[in-house]
Amino acid sequence: MTDEKKNPKGTAENWEPRIVCFFCNWCTYLAADLAGTSRIKYAPNMRVVRVMCSGRLDPQFVFEAFAKGADGVFIGGCHPGDCHYQEGNYKALRRFHLLKRVLMGMGIEEDRFRLEWISASEADRLKTTVNDMVAKVRALGPLNLETPDEVSTEEVRA
Amino acid sequence: MTATNAKPKVGFYWCASCGGCEEAVVDLAENILAVVEAVDIVFWPVAMDFKKKDVEAMEDGSILAMFINGAIRTTEQREMVQFLRRKSKLVIAYGACSHLGGIPGLANLWDRESVFRTVYHETPSTVNPEGTEPQTVFEENGRRVTLPGFFNTVRTLDQVVDVDYYIPGCAPTPKITLQAVQTLLSGNLPPKGAVLAPDVALCKECPRADTKPDDLAIKAFKRPHEILIDEEKCLLAQGIPCMGPATRGGCEALCIKGNMPCSGCFGPPGRVKDYGGKILSALASMVGSNDEAEIVKILESIPDPIGTFYRYSLPASLLRRKKMDAMSSEHK
Repeated sequence: MTDEKKNPKGTAENWEPRIVCFFCNWCTYLAADLAGTSRIKYAPNMRVVRVMCSGRLDPQFVFEAFAKGADGVFIGGCHPGDCHYQEGNYKALRRFHLLKRVLMGMGIEEDRFRLEWISASEADRLKTTVNDMVAKVRALGPLNLETPDEVSTEEVRA
Repeated sequence: MTATNAKPKVGFYWCASCGGCEEAVVDLAENILAVVEAVDIVFWPVAMDFKKKDVEAMEDGSILAMFINGAIRTTEQREMVQFLRRKSKLVIAYGACSHLGGIPGLANLWDRESVFRTVYHETPSTVNPEGTEPQTVFEENGRRVTLPGFFNTVRTLDQVVDVDYYIPGCAPTPKITLQAVQTLLSGNLPPKGAVLAPDVALCKECPRADTKPDDLAIKAFKRPHEILIDEEKCLLAQGIPCMGPATRGGCEALCIKGNMPCSGCFGPPGRVKDYGGKILSALASMVGSNDEAEIVKILESIPDPIGTFYRYSLPASLLRRKKMDAMSSEHK
């Protein structure tokens, strides 16, 4: 991670997509665990944050991830009907669709934000969706969002 | 300070705003007499004839409190607020625009290029055959005139200078204003950075709070002109997006008493980092369906999510502005 610290936003030459993942404790996080113990290889671009439920995902987390340099955000939750808390994943689904419209309105491409249902046993599905998202974000290139402290004060017409 | 001039000095200034905040000060009505009794107003371009040079002649820090309304959009505004910051002990962001960016902050969905293109070239009423745009410097016959520069990004006051207190609202109500002035004059100052309004959600002081169901299941969001609004019932229960759940109280539900939904001008209560994210989260979770296609359809009945959730706070949001592709290459 030393490269990341030196070069938090990535430059064109050595840029690697950085995807912040919010994985539900009861399903997708366990799928990632299973992928690990099963030695399944997938793209190493994910930074996983475990949440107790996809419904715990506050839209503020997503904005903060993008504002601090993420190139994509990936949410993993339980299949419909399987939520440990009855219907947290449905709330996540509702928020996801509204949040996606806000992000697109703010100039963030659709492929940078994704929600998938991945159960604890679906390590293979985790691999394929992660690889697919990394490939799509790689094709889009770095997000290079102007993060709050960097909004220039000198951007005036000369 | 001499004995003849012992009253604390205060000033008012405006930046990118509509003038409503100046009106709000005047709306103190007869209470303004008590304020004038207690303080010396040393600068107020809208209402009084003091000039910048009068303030320049004062010592740094000699003004007790400077109330600044409006967002920061031009170099002149930035220069003035930096100057007034130096002259004042306390700087108070007065009203939604200086607090959170306000309505002018919605311009962060565009940049200077696209704003100028629309305003000076594309609107149907524009007649500009030579394609003239404002320049910061113009010279003719040896005469040189200047205009302030125009930033790509609208900023809140505290993104430009240090701010001591915030008075929220579009515009702040007379009651909130008077209470804030009394607090500042009392000398018993709240912690720096405080928003001088109650730290509760508007629903807490809403007269319709009792009619809000515990579990809302909205099948279609309605805009106020689309239905006959029941004057007693919670607006959310009628499907009208009301920003009350994510908005700071203190206005005493003025809009709701006028049978209109809260649009969020007081901004969020403390601890919220992104106002729009919070109200988005609250409203989306009220959608009454678990079917993906139906959810999308219900959410489409909110036609302008950014304008609805960030009406007053886009520059204060975590993303702050739209990413413009052309801009990012031009302003590396």
